[in-house]
Amino acid sequence: MKKTRNIMIVGVGGQGSLLASKLLGHLLLEEGYDVKVSEVHGMSQRGGSVVTYVRYGDKVYSPVIDEGEADVIVSFELLEAARYLSFLKPDGRIVTNTRQIDPMPVIIGAASYPADLVQKMRAKGVKVDALDCLSLAEEAGSAKAVNLVLLGRLSHYFEDIEEDAWDRAIEAVVPQRFVELNKKAFALGKALKE
Amino acid sequence: MKTLLQGNAAVARGLYEAGCAFVSSYPGTPSTEITEEAAKYDEICCEWAPNEKVAMEAAFGACLAGKRAFCGMKHVGLNVAADPLFTMSYTGVNAGLVIGVADDAGMHSSQNEQDSRHHAIAAKVPMLEPSDSAEALAFTKLAFEISERFDTPVLLKMCTRVSHSQSVVETGERMVPPERPYEKDIAKYVMMPGNAKKRHPVVEDRTKALRAYFEAGFQQYKEGDRDVTIVLNRIEMRNEEEVVSPFAKHLGIITSSTSYQYVKEVFGNRASILKLGAVNPLPDELLTEFAGEVDRVVVVEELDPVIEEHCKALGLKVEGKNILPLIDELSQNKVAYALREQVPQGKKLDDAIPVRPPVMCAGCPHRGVFYTLGKNKCVVLGDIGCYTLGAVAPLSAMEMTLCMGASVSAVHGFNKATGGESAKKTVGVIGDSTFMHSGMTGLANIAYNQSDSTVIILDNSITGMTGHQDNPTTGYNIKGDPAGKIDLEALCKAMGIENVSVVDPYDLAETDRIIKEETQKEGPSVIISRRPCVLLKNVRTAKPLRVNPDKCTGCTACMKIGCPAISMKEHPALRVPATSTTPRVAVVDQTLCVGCNVCVQMCHFDAYEGMSKEGITYAERGGKQS
Repeated sequence: MKKTRNIMIVGVGGQGSLLASKLLGHLLLEEGYDVKVSEVHGMSQRGGSVVTYVRYGDKVYSPVIDEGEADVIVSFELLEAARYLSFLKPDGRIVTNTRQIDPMPVIIGAASYPADLVQKMRAKGVKVDALDCLSLAEEAGSAKAVNLVLLGRLSHYFEDIEEDAWDRAIEAVVPQRFVELNKKAFALGKALKE
Repeated sequence: MKTLLQGNAAVARGLYEAGCAFVSSYPGTPSTEITEEAAKYDEICCEWAPNEKVAMEAAFGACLAGKRAFCGMKHVGLNVAADPLFTMSYTGVNAGLVIGVADDAGMHSSQNEQDSRHHAIAAKVPMLEPSDSAEALAFTKLAFEISERFDTPVLLKMCTRVSHSQSVVETGERMVPPERPYEKDIAKYVMMPGNAKKRHPVVEDRTKALRAYFEAGFQQYKEGDRDVTIVLNRIEMRNEEEVVSPFAKHLGIITSSTSYQYVKEVFGNRASILKLGAVNPLPDELLTEFAGEVDRVVVVEELDPVIEEHCKALGLKVEGKNILPLIDELSQNKVAYALREQVPQGKKLDDAIPVRPPVMCAGCPHRGVFYTLGKNKCVVLGDIGCYTLGAVAPLSAMEMTLCMGASVSAVHGFNKATGGESAKKTVGVIGDSTFMHSGMTGLANIAYNQSDSTVIILDNSITGMTGHQDNPTTGYNIKGDPAGKIDLEALCKAMGIENVSVVDPYDLAETDRIIKEETQKEGPSVIISRRPCVLLKNVRTAKPLRVNPDKCTGCTACMKIGCPAISMKEHPALRVPATSTTPRVAVVDQTLCVGCNVCVQMCHFDAYEGMSKEGITYAERGGKQS
């Protein structure tokens, strides 16, 4: 029996991580895996820290990922990658957008945004792919395509899933008129050499 | 068809397949999507009710008329609907009636962490508890069967992790059971003392019959019958080959709901498990039989020790809350830690990571009201909704939040207790949907018992926090079709409130003037702060503002409104590296700002530029919002 793999998607409420988890869920189900996707709704959506768990394997039990369990953390915002670092396996990988969004305590001066987070995580021996997703998404045609840039990079770590399957998943979950744009964003993220 | 469905969507699918004809609910995280998803099936008449009590009574009426009915709510909603629930237990049903209640262990979006199982026990109503989407679908259908077979409403208990997790389900066809025509039966349906006294023994007998049914279901299962309708409770004996030492104590775990998933995650087949799908009434014989087959029994359940205490009352030696937490939701690591299994560890940075609490959105119409209330040093008694975020720094302008409607009732009591002295500095603040839910009766109390209280209704034309549901003030129903629309001004006036004013919260000077005026007035006042939620589809946002860095003095006046789009940064023309003493100027995040112009009114130096003349506008809305 294959071990369950764990992907966490983290970010700031309103950044659009929902599409990323929907696409992953669709893809993995089509590939024949048992899949669980779990998220939290309600008050935490209002600009707060949000997290989605995607788990797949032969048989998945828990809907959540706990500390020390994530194979990959996909992060829409740098501070959120650092916040959930303890959920990563010791040999896990972080795929993060380098965008910084100040949380309210930083905005009002009650706390400061830690500097050099990517270097500090690497210094702890964490594998980090840090990408300027916003520029790539804009290159693809919309700032909203950050999620597909991140998924493009993430696809490197799914060796057994062919590119066609990703394309089919994009076609299945993205509205028709945005398919080409999203495929382009995915390709840009995928082509990126870290 | 095999598909990935959210737990709530799986319940909705179960409603569809069970031939449910009527759904009435009030939105509440994490239960909301059950009803939103059910509304997508044309075969189901689906409605948002003003509150959970009304919803449950409407569903009861539908079941009485002979159609299968459902009503959904969050855990605290069941407190509101407890009144009909406790007596529906006595009347029983005609066609099946199922009540979905979603608990929120961990309080992701709730004001308390109560355990709904107590309601099931107290009301003497059966409760089923699915542990994933497939069970959510199956148990929903089974709940209708049980409801009709045992003449009882049935509670279907969800929780955040089952409601908001997607897992694989196999969907089926819709089967509408034969209608059960309504028949007059005064002795059964009119609960006056003489009749109720005869119904109470029926309830007690029913609990015994249900207990026997859940026990018998297991025995049939043990004999090889795999019919899904009877495997609510099941035993999974451990795989002896996987136990490392033949001398290892045989661990037996009694569990249910999402806790079952955590237990399986940790132990796989190394422990024996009694998995309960029906948590009320509990199967006494099965619990006893299971405890007898293992060396050590541990009950793994979220929140209160309901199953554990039941086992102890049966004289069984079990462990539970002595090793597992009573507070917060469980997880695989918490279960592993309690049972001395290996717990994975992650890495941590040395830096303190600042928290990221939820905030009012940029352009949120509530912001101007809370800023003004804070400026006037008002005591603000608040309510349940997005606007509870008015309590968060830097606004910090809400001092009480209890439950739906409490702002209106409490401001009256507060002012009466001080002999009216506090009335000039105290307000109750409530949203439009919350006012419809439970604020109206509080206002009736103010009008009747006459306090000089001021109530501010934050009318953002939608139920915001649960994700944009319509309500009786919006003019649209759950399907997005035009519906009845309650006129808040006329309603307040009809209750006898003479001072009713309307203000645009984007206009700070006017908001300040009205709040000052109305709090000073003798007699009750209602202020309606009216601006649609900026996230609504019919709202047209304006272009983002900019700060002229040469005009900004860095005075931070605009920071007092707590807008997530504004922050203080170094002057963009700064040529040397910034230090902690470098003067800073306000900067507007161009991706977040929607041009509400509230910050402009805070600035004394005309530093804000690029505002549009009309600001944010909104059109008459139509169609669906969520």
